[in-house]
Amino acid sequence: MMERLKKYEFLYFALRNTKLRVGLLIIFFFVLLAIVGPLITKYDPFAYVNPLGPQPPSAKYWFGTTFFGQDVFTQFVLGLRATFLVAVVGGGLGTFIGLLIGFVAGYRGGIIDEILNMFTNIVLVIPTLAVLLIVAAYLEVRSVFIECIFIGLTAWPWVARAVRAQTFSLRTREFVDLARMSGMNPLKIIFTEIAPNMMSYLVLTFILQFGGAILIAATLDFIGLGPTNAISLGVMMQYAVMWGALLLGMWWWFIPPGLGITAIVGALYVMNVGLDEVFNPKLREM
Amino acid sequence: MRRYIGRKILIYGLTFFLAVSIDWLIPRFMPGDPIANMLARASVNSTAAQVMHEYYTHVFGLDLPIWQQYLNFWNSLFHGDLGRSVYMFPTPVVDVLSRAVPYDMFLLLPSILLSWYAGNHFGAFAARSKWLDNTVSPIGYILTATPYMWLGIVLAWFFGIVLDQFPIAGAYSFSLRPNLSWPFILDVLHHWFLPFASLFLVGFGGWAIGMRNMIIYELEADYSRYLEALGAPKNLIRKYAFQNGILPQITGLALQLGVIVAGALVTEVVFSYPGIGYLLLAAIQNQDYFLIQGCFLFIIIGVLLANFIIDIAYVIVDPRTRRGMTGESA
Amino acid sequence: MSLQVEDLKIYYQTLRGDVKALDGVTFSIRDGEIMGLAGESGCGKTTLGYGLIHLTPPKKYMGGCVRLDGEELPIWDNDRMNPFRYKRVSIIPQYAMSAMNPTRKIGKMASELLSAKGVVFETILPELLRRLDLVDLSSDVLNMYPIELSGGMKQRMVMVLSTLLNPSLLVADEITSALDVSTQQAVAEMLVEFRDRDFVKSMVVVTHDISILYQIADSILVMYAGKLAEKASTGTIINSPRHPYTKLLISSLPKVGVRYAEQKLKGIPGNPPMLLNPPVGCRFRDRCPFAFKKCIEEPPFIEVEPGHFVACWKELD
Repeated sequence: MMERLKKYEFLYFALRNTKLRVGLLIIFFFVLLAIVGPLITKYDPFAYVNPLGPQPPSAKYWFGTTFFGQDVFTQFVLGLRATFLVAVVGGGLGTFIGLLIGFVAGYRGGIIDEILNMFTNIVLVIPTLAVLLIVAAYLEVRSVFIECIFIGLTAWPWVARAVRAQTFSLRTREFVDLARMSGMNPLKIIFTEIAPNMMSYLVLTFILQFGGAILIAATLDFIGLGPTNAISLGVMMQYAVMWGALLLGMWWWFIPPGLGITAIVGALYVMNVGLDEVFNPKLREM
Repeated sequence: MRRYIGRKILIYGLTFFLAVSIDWLIPRFMPGDPIANMLARASVNSTAAQVMHEYYTHVFGLDLPIWQQYLNFWNSLFHGDLGRSVYMFPTPVVDVLSRAVPYDMFLLLPSILLSWYAGNHFGAFAARSKWLDNTVSPIGYILTATPYMWLGIVLAWFFGIVLDQFPIAGAYSFSLRPNLSWPFILDVLHHWFLPFASLFLVGFGGWAIGMRNMIIYELEADYSRYLEALGAPKNLIRKYAFQNGILPQITGLALQLGVIVAGALVTEVVFSYPGIGYLLLAAIQNQDYFLIQGCFLFIIIGVLLANFIIDIAYVIVDPRTRRGMTGESA
Repeated sequence: MSLQVEDLKIYYQTLRGDVKALDGVTFSIRDGEIMGLAGESGCGKTTLGYGLIHLTPPKKYMGGCVRLDGEELPIWDNDRMNPFRYKRVSIIPQYAMSAMNPTRKIGKMASELLSAKGVVFETILPELLRRLDLVDLSSDVLNMYPIELSGGMKQRMVMVLSTLLNPSLLVADEITSALDVSTQQAVAEMLVEFRDRDFVKSMVVVTHDISILYQIADSILVMYAGKLAEKASTGTIINSPRHPYTKLLISSLPKVGVRYAEQKLKGIPGNPPMLLNPPVGCRFRDRCPFAFKKCIEEPPFIEVEPGHFVACWKELD
């Protein structure tokens, strides 16, 4: 099979790259867990199922129970779902906005670029958490969806910056000039000429956004500004610390959520590097 | 170069203006009556509520036209009057904040500077050989993927509870009063160490990975190849790669400030360390409107100032900016 | 000095196998000779040029011997080559425009490089200034950053830098490709000047532009698909080439004064073979108008007249 694959050089390298493989494997594992987990657990995440209160992992409660006797495993797998949802929607929104702004700024140049660039820089400098804190503090009820919007609206500058730089350098290439001279409308040029050449870069950017969104969401949740009636990995950690899991040594309550996040985000980063090696032959280990 | 600095000042000025305006705007455009909300959530009894409502309406100047409220806000800002904290009534917000700032500086400055310095050197070191890279980089990835608060939690639990080597709450023991004696200083350091370590480690991972990538990129540049072809010793090439690779890391530091501030915030929460982050959380939980605003303002000013300092540092370090050619687009 | 290359083989390691970029070349250069190395893209000339001084992965040394002034050059060993580099063999790279560290003043970079090679900068500074003057660069450039110089100025700076330690052999890789015609002439003449003033003993000038070689080279070595096609003095190559490839190459050059409305510019139809699995026998076979059945065997590179080498069966009859 490898012989046939050699024709598709990209795929071949992709599958051979250890970092990519390991990263993908870990992500798949957690995605699977997020999908299957809630189906195989018989508890409700907030239900006080263990009359004995907090207990370490056992055959009955695979990840143990919380201070209130809630099943940690159930919370964990449902939290995973929320985490992935936020990552995809929040990260996706951020990428989308960033793409739009970056493309337009890079392609048009001139005064539009200057304005957009200044705008991007301003949003970049403002510590997003501080803004989110203020806004979220005034909203009484928050859903996972709102959190996604928050994240998307504050994470886009990174993407915009990167996309703008790439568009800039691609814009002056011959094939774009050709398209422009043949009268193609600018939006079409962006999508059919520039974007495909940036595809690899875009994929890498999206992965980073994905990871970043997870971390931001976890931070927001931890401070108590996450969804008001849902469970997520960050919320788990918040409750754990709030209810003395640290002092009472209930490691099974706070270790899994943080470990999950670290594993997923770490896998994403490693995947990113692997993908970069696949796209950029110079980095490949021969 | 003047253009570069001028541009930066413009951006920071605009940002400050925007941020402060947002700070002012938000409560006014949230649904409902902010004061009534505030009082309702603070569950004050009805007679007191009535008085407080009038007081606050007057204090907010909500009985004045909007534009005048806005101007008043800026006015009091420049007089250093950020109102009075509800949570710590009647202490002025500025006083509450200034008590917290030293702790933040104590935590943030060493961890940022040390993690940046150590991380960059470590990353450069890792880029020396494929073997080193493959054994050392994963550590960097894991560290930078770790959420700040989780590392704080784990360190607190492991070193504080399990090994019982470090305290995990407060800036100093509750039994001690602040003074300049050795026992107190040691105690402060003892309390400081875990939160510092937590911030340091995550940052370290990030910088190490970043620098490693920059070095690899520089080592493949034409000037590196030329030096190699002329038989220059490896350490000269590495020195150049390092000096060139560190430039984007400087601007990277400015960009990361928002993330670092967020990280410090949650770390303070985990360790009950009385910095601005911890204060902000308490303010939110107590619906202390003024204190929230004050914290935000402080954070924003701090970040802008830090950005500015870093930009100056960049100009000093990258000789091209002084010649009027920006190495980094403004 | 003299350079002797015997049966040098350098391959490129790729996923699909070894690309036989340089497949057994043998030639020599006399003391003071400027030899042009010409051929199409992909013929192996850059591989040869770089191979003599800086052989790095994915290029792999497969065999052969290189002798400089009778001493063998350990081109396969990166560390052992270092003492030779810059002092005995030097190179003006194709990327001369970006060959200098962008964040270092040129003078500082030069002094750091020379010190690292064991040369005291102060002692060599007067000579450096003299040479800068020779190539028409003011001594102020030492105080400037590369970005402040024009392309041509950077080129000349690199030329001076690369030859400062008077190497026996200089490899000049496509140094005129990025320049306009008049600058090309100036740069080419500077190369000759360097040789005449004994800054450099011998040169290998790698280029696809034969007209430059016509101006400055003593002899020309024509390569095709990783093998040598012909080597002779410049006059001979231009006026009486014997290898069919060389003939087609020369005839495809535009000639001054000839109007091309009357005579079509002739190119050479076809493409060079892929070097992953090169064809058996003479590699020019498929495009050669004179190919016949003996060409299925690889022709040897033979001296048919004093100083004139050809690899072609037809010429050996």
